[in-house]
Amino acid sequence: MNHIWIICKREINAFFDSLMAYIMLVVFLGLSGIFTWLMGGGDIFFVGQASLSSFFNVAFWTLFFFIPAITMRMVAEEERSGTMELLATKPISHFQIVAGKWMAAWLLVAISLALTLPYYITLASLGPVDHGATISGYIALLLISGVYTSIGIFASSLTSNQIVAFIVSLFIAFFFQMLFSQLAVILPDSLAGVTQYLSLNQHYQTMSRGVIGLSNIVYLISLILLGFLSATISIKRRAWQ
Amino acid sequence: MNITISNLTKEYGRQKAVDDISFEVKTGEILGFLGPNGAGKSTTMKIITCFISPTSGSVSLNGYNIFDHSRELRSRIGYLPEHTSLYTDMSIVDYLRLSARLQNMEEEAIMPAVRRMVDLCGLGPERHKYIGELSKGYRQRVGLAQALIHDPDVLILDEPTTGLDPNQIAEIRSLIKEIGKEKTVMLSSHILKEVEATCDRILIINRGRIVADGSTGELRQRAKGAKQLLVQFKEDGNEVASSLTKLSSVSEVHPAENGESGWMVSTEPGMDSREEIFRYCVQRGWILTQMTPIESSLEDIFRELTED
Repeated sequence: MNHIWIICKREINAFFDSLMAYIMLVVFLGLSGIFTWLMGGGDIFFVGQASLSSFFNVAFWTLFFFIPAITMRMVAEEERSGTMELLATKPISHFQIVAGKWMAAWLLVAISLALTLPYYITLASLGPVDHGATISGYIALLLISGVYTSIGIFASSLTSNQIVAFIVSLFIAFFFQMLFSQLAVILPDSLAGVTQYLSLNQHYQTMSRGVIGLSNIVYLISLILLGFLSATISIKRRAWQ
Repeated sequence: MNITISNLTKEYGRQKAVDDISFEVKTGEILGFLGPNGAGKSTTMKIITCFISPTSGSVSLNGYNIFDHSRELRSRIGYLPEHTSLYTDMSIVDYLRLSARLQNMEEEAIMPAVRRMVDLCGLGPERHKYIGELSKGYRQRVGLAQALIHDPDVLILDEPTTGLDPNQIAEIRSLIKEIGKEKTVMLSSHILKEVEATCDRILIINRGRIVADGSTGELRQRAKGAKQLLVQFKEDGNEVASSLTKLSSVSEVHPAENGESGWMVSTEPGMDSREEIFRYCVQRGWILTQMTPIESSLEDIFRELTED
């Protein structure tokens, strides 16, 4: 655990030293702020209810692009510049490296989500807010960010090229974001049930309405762990080449 | 800690980078790992530090296999990779602190260790600079500092002096010698002088195989079993020289190279031809103007062993 935290701290410092964190925060808050409050059709004033659902819909998509951009360099850059050699020969396991990096990226997302809490406060002063739905919406966003981070780090571990890592992680995430639910429409019923369950969108819709079931949690946590495992194996693979 | 390497082989596809090598390094020994580029030096070192896995064979430190006890053993190894790649976005002090933490050092021991390394490696004036701003020589020193910070028992240094100026090279050499008194040090190089100056023992490797192993003195003797003499006569001509080959202690005679005039005379192994040559010349009435024993340099040995 100690080692995971050491890696995590180093990565967070790297984010804030390189301005990357600030740029990401500004872009994320800017985009989600505009779409939530100012965009006309679909924004909070248009809907006319004290509900953050329009924010949740926007954030679902902004994070989809925002997270791969954070994670793309995390392993790829270490491999490209050769710093992985010094890291991997220290007494630390590959899993700890992956977990530390995951935690750092996820915390950065959590910070940016925390900075949207004023939306919630503003809304609460405008009218009666469904607190349960809002809290579960935030939990859903945090968990989904965990999934995207996990996918992003896995993609980053596949290559030493950041752009390739970015595209690969968008591609994988796109399956969960859109394609599985689309597949459910065209596939026969027996298979449709499976792809429906795999669709991140489906889980997100139920969770942001305030219903968090065990199946949602199991689904998201397993995706996160699957990403961890694949990334760990992918880093290890280099040693066996 | 003793390093024992047995039957180590590493294949990249069809190519064998390291081909069935075995050797041992003892505590207090500085082993120079010498070979042309691509001989398998770095690959061997990467295997010892657990960065890559061998195709077959084993490495153990004090009898513990490095793959079964990887985590514990890695904390007792200090490693300086060939391309000293460090986090360019960190300052020297921060980087050394990170290395110390990853090496499981106690929090209160870290700052004193960092200060000691900054002094030892001469990083003082630059210590708050970002690594990205440093020259190659300073980066190399930071690499050395991170390898030494946790006081490891085994030091694996892959070309530690590349990119350093002559003064720095001298400093690093004496540092390595100092450290090598109590620890096991393995350093690779393709600069012969460096290995000769620093190491107790030399291992020459070519195409993944060990071609020579021994102290500098031993290697000299082994490689050119025969001594060589540079001989000059007042009389000139091939006739004089070629007649020397008739002597029982002389194996070959050929014209001296490198712009020197005279003849290089190789002696049969285990014999001394000087007396015989002298008597022969006296007998014929030839005047010897020079007879100098030539010690074959390590460079010759190296070339002889690693050339195809």
